[in-house]
Amino acid sequence: MINSRFFNRSELLGFLALAVLLLLILPLSLDIFRLNLVAKYLTYAFVGIGLVLCWGYGGILSLGQGVFFGLGGYCMAMYLKLEASSVANTKIQSTPGIPDFMDWNQLTSLPFFWKPFHSFPVTLLAILLVPAFFALIIGAAMFKRRVGGVYFAIITQAIAAILTILIVGQQGYTGGINGITDLRTLHGWDIRTDHAKFILYFVEVVLLFGCIVAAQFIRLTKLGRILVAMREQEDRVRFSGYSVANFKIFAFCAAAVFAAIGGAMFTLEVGFMSPSFVGIVPSIEMVIYTAVGGRMSIFGAVWGALLVNFAKTSLSESFPQLWLFGLGALFIAVVLAFPNGLSGIWADHIQPRIDRLLSSRKSKSAAGMIADGAPAE
Amino acid sequence: MLVGHQPKEFLLAVSGLTVSFDGFKAVNDLSFYVEENEIRVIIGPNGAGKTTVLDLICGKTKATSGSIQFRGQELTRLRENEIVQAGVGRKFQTPSVFEDLTVFENLEISFPRGRTVFGSLTFQRDDTVKQRVEEVAEMIFLKDRLNTYADQLSHGQKQWLEIGMLLIQDPDLLMLDEPVAGMSVSERAKTAELLNRIIKDRSVLVIEHDMKFVEDIAHKVTVLHQGQILSEGTMEHVKNDPKVIEVYLGH
Repeated sequence: MINSRFFNRSELLGFLALAVLLLLILPLSLDIFRLNLVAKYLTYAFVGIGLVLCWGYGGILSLGQGVFFGLGGYCMAMYLKLEASSVANTKIQSTPGIPDFMDWNQLTSLPFFWKPFHSFPVTLLAILLVPAFFALIIGAAMFKRRVGGVYFAIITQAIAAILTILIVGQQGYTGGINGITDLRTLHGWDIRTDHAKFILYFVEVVLLFGCIVAAQFIRLTKLGRILVAMREQEDRVRFSGYSVANFKIFAFCAAAVFAAIGGAMFTLEVGFMSPSFVGIVPSIEMVIYTAVGGRMSIFGAVWGALLVNFAKTSLSESFPQLWLFGLGALFIAVVLAFPNGLSGIWADHIQPRIDRLLSSRKSKSAAGMIADGAPAE
Repeated sequence: MLVGHQPKEFLLAVSGLTVSFDGFKAVNDLSFYVEENEIRVIIGPNGAGKTTVLDLICGKTKATSGSIQFRGQELTRLRENEIVQAGVGRKFQTPSVFEDLTVFENLEISFPRGRTVFGSLTFQRDDTVKQRVEEVAEMIFLKDRLNTYADQLSHGQKQWLEIGMLLIQDPDLLMLDEPVAGMSVSERAKTAELLNRIIKDRSVLVIEHDMKFVEDIAHKVTVLHQGQILSEGTMEHVKNDPKVIEVYLGH
């Protein structure tokens, strides 16, 4: 029947091409500094995969994915910071054993919500569950009341702004505008060395492929088709006996978890987390990566995150003040001319040509065989 | 007025139903009863509140006051998807099918299994589903279009597909809002044939303007006018009612 295979031929090719690029070509050709940059770009690919499900398939545009990226990142950063703030490391502080920024802000004991982050397993769980729970609350509050479309997008923006203000304002508890910095070891393993960065890159790529497979699984279940159905005819889904709100909440939570995994990897790769990755601007940038890559394509989202960030780095190195205009122009151009992004261009223009080329070669060789065979008759 | 007496055999008992939009009463103290296996047609001039009545029953619009009892369950308190699960199916006036999905997938979504988030994640397309989908596809004349995306169907075929989606839900009460509107003559005949087949073993509430079609299928006709019942009874009775002739049939 339809969709009987997990990946169809072109998806399988896309998967393999990405695997070869990320696991072979890039690690062999780039120095560790550039490879670490690629790792940083890829953290946004996680957000993009979530947006494909939530926005591309479910039609729920969230302009606040930075919130979940940040929550995942902060959970990881809190664990790393506590490990870096051992009594031995912080004996010059007036209260040894707490993070340095708390000491600077006259805190004398560790706040209660920091305490669970002494444990590595709890941290790993928190990276997944805290953003999921947060998305559940927002989703339930909005979708049960049938808030959707642009209103939902605006509210997610507001939440991103609020969380940024909260983090910046509560400096003693969060590290404020500087974020949580000076992170050193993960479970005793120094993450600052080149070797660690190399290992972390591969860990991230494996996680990324895990997320691609998970997203593809969701897409191919009936739930994936209901998301598409919901985007088009919400009422028809409702009158087919489904609670539309619950499905939207699921899509939003799933997107939040993907974003959080990206955020946690970001903290590990880059070595700090700050509110500048939580707010409105990074949240919108994440949507742009997805739009450029193609919001209907899981692989497109990964390519979008890689290419736009690569362009961002190279352009902002040479023309720092022009970059933001370039990004804006790119977004407008993609939305106007190629609503399905790069993956749409690939599927509509490049793939058919390749297919035609292959099939014409096949038919030519078949014709050749007949021609060869003819004189023998 | 609330429920007077309510004999058990009524599948649907609407009583004292009122809905007002900013003071305008689109449906005003409406009461009617539908029996098991009854085909009821609602007719009336534009703006009489016909579609609003269906909206109220299926939960799309919330009633201001009054009650809708379906098999003893109060529908006004349920959400739309719960009303569907209770056994009420609704077809909209304009065809609402999922255009980015295939005919098969459209029908499959309506199959009454795995309607929760978890249920739909673990839903398996097994032989029961496939058989049922193929069975219904044959009934709605789309058997050889199962893998066609719904946006490539004609208007009439989309209407059939939506009827098929309702059919696969197997509702006890089927509500159809102008099922033959906008169809060609041949499509219309086919649809009448289709409806005649699917209305067996269930109650049907139909809104329709095509009087010949109404005469063909109706057991009982309710004429609405300005949110209230103008006349009710057999087609013969309604046709000869002077009030009905004046406001509706006379034109």
